Amino acid sequence: MISELPFVDIPGEDESLRQSVRRFVRDYVADLPPDIRARSWLGFDAEFSRQLAARGWIGLTLPPEHGGHGRGHFARFVVAEELLAAGAPVSAHWFADRQSGPLIAKYGTEAQKRFYLPAICRGEAFFCIGMSEPGAGSDLASVRTRAGKTADGWQMKGHKIWTSNAHHSHYMIALVRTSGVPEDRQRGLSQFILDLKSPGITIRPIRDAAGDEHFCEVFFEDVELGDDALIGSEGTGWEQVTAELAFERSGPERLYSSSVLLEEWLDAIRRRARSGKELRPSDQVLAGRFASHLTVLRALSVSVTCKLEAGESPVVEAALVKDLGTEFEQAVPTLIADALAATPDEEPVPQLARTVAYLTQVAPTFSLRGGTREILRSMIARGLGLR
Amino acid sequence: MDTMIADSVEQILQVCCDPQRVRHVEADPRGKAASTMWEVLAQSGFIDALCPEHMGGAGLGWREAAPIVFACGRHALPLPMAATLLVRAALAEASIDAPSEPVAVASAASVLDDGSVRADAVPFGLAAGWVLVRLPAGDRLLPLDGASRSPFGGRGSLSADIRWPAVPAASISLPPATDQAICWRATMAALTAAQMAGAAERVTVMTIDHANNRNQFGKPIGRQQAIQQQISVMAAQSFAARMAASIALGGAGWRVHPDAAAVAKARAGEAAILVAAIGHAVHGAIGVTEEFDLQLYTRRLNEWRMEYGGESYWNGVLGRTLLQGDMNALDFTRILTAAT
Repeated sequence: MISELPFVDIPGEDESLRQSVRRFVRDYVADLPPDIRARSWLGFDAEFSRQLAARGWIGLTLPPEHGGHGRGHFARFVVAEELLAAGAPVSAHWFADRQSGPLIAKYGTEAQKRFYLPAICRGEAFFCIGMSEPGAGSDLASVRTRAGKTADGWQMKGHKIWTSNAHHSHYMIALVRTSGVPEDRQRGLSQFILDLKSPGITIRPIRDAAGDEHFCEVFFEDVELGDDALIGSEGTGWEQVTAELAFERSGPERLYSSSVLLEEWLDAIRRRARSGKELRPSDQVLAGRFASHLTVLRALSVSVTCKLEAGESPVVEAALVKDLGTEFEQAVPTLIADALAATPDEEPVPQLARTVAYLTQVAPTFSLRGGTREILRSMIARGLGLR
Repeated sequence: MDTMIADSVEQILQVCCDPQRVRHVEADPRGKAASTMWEVLAQSGFIDALCPEHMGGAGLGWREAAPIVFACGRHALPLPMAATLLVRAALAEASIDAPSEPVAVASAASVLDDGSVRADAVPFGLAAGWVLVRLPAGDRLLPLDGASRSPFGGRGSLSADIRWPAVPAASISLPPATDQAICWRATMAALTAAQMAGAAERVTVMTIDHANNRNQFGKPIGRQQAIQQQISVMAAQSFAARMAASIALGGAGWRVHPDAAAVAKARAGEAAILVAAIGHAVHGAIGVTEEFDLQLYTRRLNEWRMEYGGESYWNGVLGRTLLQGDMNALDFTRILTAAT
């Protein structure tokens, strides 16, 4: 069911993180052109992640006894927002900070927590999320990658695809079948933490239309895993993944994917006005439309964060906000493209044009990654009491 | 506190403002049904929710009183409750006694050469006893006795074009504008957005209900993915409208920040389009009949969308503020939200 999403404030102590994060981040990315910064949470820079960790801005939601900062979800929201708005290259630590770390903190054994969490918080252990397979995309429950029990652990065989950052990561948390057959659907699934250096693992990056390599195919040929590779309980992988997806879907990364372009466009219009040209009414309306949408989306996202902070698992609410958020992220390059093309007699701004071109090419993925729009809407419908 | 107010307003409106009574008031906005409904609301005390306690009010801000306005939209209340709450708060602050009749607020008004006063398309103008207008001489509350009013909107609309032969002697002057001058249009835009959020919620609930109960192809139409996808969109838009209005009505007093009002009205307007369209698409032909209640709410969504400035107007206002400043979009949004 869907609960109300009240208008709430970010607590002052978490808000107070903002300026120091902003100074560091803006300084770090100052020389990067906007079309590179527009990669946002697909941009990889291990050094940046380590520096961020050194300042205490990774693992904010993780427990202090395991190297985290025990600050909670609002603190992470503020830091994430500053990173994304600036277009910082965050992908190295992003998935561990957002979901693998919290998953381990929630379901891991004491030994697993001691082993992984401090390294995540130091920005030294990078994670990727092994969910999709060639035959299991939106229909995630039909995964075929299997792990069978051996005398002293597990043996895994199968194939994951569209795994962001696998080629840069140290570990993968994979959803695999440990009993039954694919027709058993959600039953019989489990999650494992794999060391990606293990024998039998082959990682092959897939080049995207913009020329980048961020997602990968990962092959597992009789990979031997210890008993301690299992995270959580055998057979409860589906419930664990569902909880994890509330983290994955609720955050500010579902609003800010086109943020760099939006800011660049606003600046370009301001420069144009300073050069003596009149503000065009259509630009004012469009700027206002972006602002009114963003204001509401951000408030909805903060409201979902408040539920996470209260220990709830707002799965449907997060899906609803992600659906609205990705619609906005996709509308930004589409509408700015039209605004730019509305003045064919004016000199174009090349870096703005390159940023539009890049985002237009990758924008279709905004409503695919983390659960497609159509799947989310089915979930929301179920939450509304349909079916 | 929040749910206490919401619950008791809900109870009152359920009884005094059911769809049949709404229709009766719409058919005769100054008749018996209208005055009976107003008496219930006036006696409930909610009309003084924003007035200070020493003046007999509840001393609330919009943050606490917003549920009243959401409920007015959810029940298609055919009386200007939100405007009355607002004007009574402004009068109380100036220690001026408020009239007992419902009050409407004009989006714009002018004094003509012959001294007559003109206000067009005044929302709830047919059902009000007084209208607040901003004239060159200042803000005036004009009694409708002696004014001529003609219906402005379509069937069932309570909107009126109003003419006063002169500024009536019985008119009440509000204190002259100060630095804190309230922008009535912006404030009413925010309140209208809240009514729209309430109506959107009602349309969404009715649509879910219909989809679960209407059988075609041997099963409820709500089992069709095509219907589910649309209703999901509608629900998301309804949540967005609610949040947009909640931001604008997030303050501790009765004043509304004009930038936040712009966000509320522009965003709720966009939501209203989709909510009304999907509501009707799912209901089929029954939805556009007079007898079926859906039209009471979708008609209001469409009408309210145009009152006190629509999407392009408020987005334009907001965009100009954003572009004339030097704040990035994130900070603009943050500060706007914190200001309410």
